Amino acid sequence: MAKTVVQEFTKGLWAEIPPFRLVLGLCPVLAVTKTVENGVGMGIATTFVLVCSNILISLLRNVIPKNVRIACFIVVIATFVIVVELVMQAFAYPLFLKLGIFIPLIVVNCIVLGRAEAFAAKNGVVSSFADGLGIGIGFTLSLTALSIFREVLGSGTFTIPISSVSVPVFGPSFQPFNFLVEAPGAFVCLGLMLCVMNMLGKK
Amino acid sequence: MGDYILLAVSCIFVNNILLIQYLGNCPFLGVSKKMETATGMAMAVVFVLVLAGAITWVVNHLLLKPFGVEYLRTLAFILVIASLVQFVELFLKKSIPALYAGLGIFLPLITTNCAVMGVCLINIKEEYSFMQALIASLTYAIGFGLALILFAGVRERILLARVPKPLQDTSIGLVGAGMMSLAFFAFKGMV
Repeated sequence: MAKTVVQEFTKGLWAEIPPFRLVLGLCPVLAVTKTVENGVGMGIATTFVLVCSNILISLLRNVIPKNVRIACFIVVIATFVIVVELVMQAFAYPLFLKLGIFIPLIVVNCIVLGRAEAFAAKNGVVSSFADGLGIGIGFTLSLTALSIFREVLGSGTFTIPISSVSVPVFGPSFQPFNFLVEAPGAFVCLGLMLCVMNMLGKK
Repeated sequence: MGDYILLAVSCIFVNNILLIQYLGNCPFLGVSKKMETATGMAMAVVFVLVLAGAITWVVNHLLLKPFGVEYLRTLAFILVIASLVQFVELFLKKSIPALYAGLGIFLPLITTNCAVMGVCLINIKEEYSFMQALIASLTYAIGFGLALILFAGVRERILLARVPKPLQDTSIGLVGAGMMSLAFFAFKGMV
């Protein structure tokens, strides 16, 4: 049993890492990875919602009627999104403003609903927790990697999460590659990262 | 009147919901492999988004605001959208079966389309009046359809090209979307 829980956790970190293996929830990936701080913040918020909704849905899985399950899942997820919204307004207001509508939009992030439907509705609490945490951390890692790439090359800085201090990475003569921080760069960058992940293979 | 036209142009081209604001990308990549599915999805989104935009505006201004429970907005909006989609599905099945046959399978997917929820939230955030919200919803949906159908055409061509193995499918799709986004980017500063 202990081994399977560990496996549920680690699969989210590589074998099924979103958004590269599970191509879901692309909108926040593209939109918030302009700076490292936003990417990490979004990742943590999504992880929280994912873990909490996985636990609750797994607890309620025998009570929820099959026909209305999607509606029930959405209500559970929306509740935790509101919790995140209120907590961020209280303790991380500048970050909340920067992420804007993408915090309420966690509710329609396909990863969260996908894990609820595909995993938490069928498995026990402990493995659902491990699954949610693994996928959430995997998502955070992908967001961090993408945002480091985009911010360092695109604006030549590195914003340290939480302190929101922008550290210039290159010398003053560095010409920022603006394309990467704008919308087209986000698509191309994610496409190329997906390509690299495909090259590295499943294992 | 001029303001409304300006708003429409800005929503279709300058702030295109898919390519500039990055909303609704899952269906964008999911259904753009074939022209027929893309057209069906585009029509379903136009249909639902206009209704959702109008209803969520009313819910926000007549229900959430007077009672001071705006923090419940996320929950209220997603419930409105989910039940609206269900309702539209039942209504079409019963009264316009021909349209249902065309849109049917796309309707359930719209619940988790962040473009719908996103536009409803933008309408509130920008403090649009009811008329403005209606026009913004309609034109954002048209922009979504435009980008989706154009992109489906591009993707049908990509199928014929020889793409290196790791780049195939979603990967080359995203790079292609980036190129299209670059084209839409040229509209920036027009309004």
